[in-house]
Amino acid sequence: MENLLSIFVRSIFVDNMIFAYFLGMCSYLAVSKRVSTAIGLGAAVIFVLTVTVPVNYLIENYLLKKGALKWLGPEFAALDLGFLSLIFFIAVIAAIVQIVEMVVEKVSPPLYNALGIFLPLIAVNCSILGGSLFMQTRDYGSLAEATVFGFGSGIGWFIAIVAIAAIRERIRYSDVPAPLRGLGMSFIITGLMGIAFLSFAGIKI
Amino acid sequence: MHKILRNLFENKLGPLFHEGGKWHKFWPAYDAFYTFLFLPAEKSREGVHVHDAMNLKRLMSMVIIALIPPFLFGMYNTGYQHFLALGQPAGFWDCFTYGALKVLPIVVVSYAVGLGIEFAFCIIKGHPVSEGYLVSGLLIPLVLPADIPLWMVALAVAFAVIFGKEVFGGTGMNILNVALTARAFLFFAYPSYMSGNIWVSGVPAEVNARSGATLLAQAADAGFLGHFRAVNGVGYDNTFWSAFVGLIPGSIGETSALACLIGGFILVWTGVGSWRIIVSVFAGAYFTGLLYNLLGFNAYMQLPAHYHLVMGGLAFGAVYMATDPVSAAQTNKGKFVYGFLIGVMAVLIRVVNPAYPEGVMLAILLLNVLAPVIDYFVVQANVRRRLKRFKTAAHVQ
Repeated sequence: MENLLSIFVRSIFVDNMIFAYFLGMCSYLAVSKRVSTAIGLGAAVIFVLTVTVPVNYLIENYLLKKGALKWLGPEFAALDLGFLSLIFFIAVIAAIVQIVEMVVEKVSPPLYNALGIFLPLIAVNCSILGGSLFMQTRDYGSLAEATVFGFGSGIGWFIAIVAIAAIRERIRYSDVPAPLRGLGMSFIITGLMGIAFLSFAGIKI
Repeated sequence: MHKILRNLFENKLGPLFHEGGKWHKFWPAYDAFYTFLFLPAEKSREGVHVHDAMNLKRLMSMVIIALIPPFLFGMYNTGYQHFLALGQPAGFWDCFTYGALKVLPIVVVSYAVGLGIEFAFCIIKGHPVSEGYLVSGLLIPLVLPADIPLWMVALAVAFAVIFGKEVFGGTGMNILNVALTARAFLFFAYPSYMSGNIWVSGVPAEVNARSGATLLAQAADAGFLGHFRAVNGVGYDNTFWSAFVGLIPGSIGETSALACLIGGFILVWTGVGSWRIIVSVFAGAYFTGLLYNLLGFNAYMQLPAHYHLVMGGLAFGAVYMATDPVSAAQTNKGKFVYGFLIGVMAVLIRVVNPAYPEGVMLAILLLNVLAPVIDYFVVQANVRRRLKRFKTAAHVQ
């Protein structure tokens, strides 16, 4: 239990997808003009990460890892399908993003329109694949740990995009020098936010 | 004096800078000095303006007046710690002179570099110089150790003013507190000058290593099991009282909670600083301290909660940094949440994060980043409530 809590807090603050690893920057920068849309995309990322990381965990541990196919019979124990992991992970992610897209279109057409191309693009959002690959390299011990990690990473991404969206709404009327307006300013803001989030670097829990 | 100055500005220099004058390009620079010295005779020409003697310049002057107590005390304490660590007896003026010689150059560099950049930007953009930097320029030296090399001060000030403020469009537009941006820049760029055994000014390294630990570092090392000791190796008679008055090692202006409280009183009394933020920062820190006392996993967590309020930069941060009207939350409810979370995060980082013995700076920066989100949700909640009220009212009719 304590272990799960530690993974949860770490994945939100210490190993924040945006501020610690700068993953998923494309949609983070593109869909952060308004808080309401940012909340929508953030929720979608939370959902996708929470589902894909545990599914990929099962695939990793019962199909791909060295010795993972033992359950089929002793003759498969030496088999290592690790080289397939990227393809498998991406396929799972793409399928789940499709489901999310259909659900969002059905449930909230305005949000669907506001998210536009970035909803299907979650499939190639680096933070989603990053979540699955971190799960692989960090070697989480159980399905619960993988799920909590995926959920926490999603929340971390959610906080980051909502925070920058609120800041961008606030500086909309600022007198930003012309060459920096738009993306340039967003990069500078992200850097400054990264300095603030450094407060969590080094916490051991 | 007054007459000479007015004559110089209005009759001698004025025509050169006014429209058509030789130096009209540099009008913002002239305007900045002129309006700083005299109330401008010009009245607002268009739009609605608040008609009050309180403008940005007077507001900033209030903050500078409120900064005088920690500033003077910081100079005295810098010298006091120096002579105490060396074991030399020294009178009040010895301490004060030593401290002044250490602190004033930092202030001069901070103002020269910061105002230089500010003036340059204003001249290029052609808008009047605003006095935001007068406060930041005094805050920055007060949150640095006295022995910081001057070129580092210049570098940090340049970074903070350009990337923390000017790219956002100048005073009033920044998202992070400028002074804290400078400190954070130095802290992460030159950690060996900003942490460790550097807190006693002007003593050999081995003396500093033996005696220069701040209370926070001592607490992180041994918790409250041992008694805190001063820089001469002798234990404090009353640690809490020493920390409250501020005769402890630390950054120049942050050691004295008492001086900060006097400044805080001036800020709240003149309506410049928000009491909501100050009170809720202390409440958040005290609450987290109590929570740790209940958990009590290690010696640091058992440190009585009220010690957190006087150690390190908590009082200074709460009074001068968190209340920065630009980077703080703007809504009244938001201010309570914002302040409380600063207190919580500051003590959390102190105790849980071994990498940073002091958490106040990072806590305030973090909440600066989150303040717009807090405001957004407060405003949205208000919109929803009024919408509901409107609907029920319409329903009744």
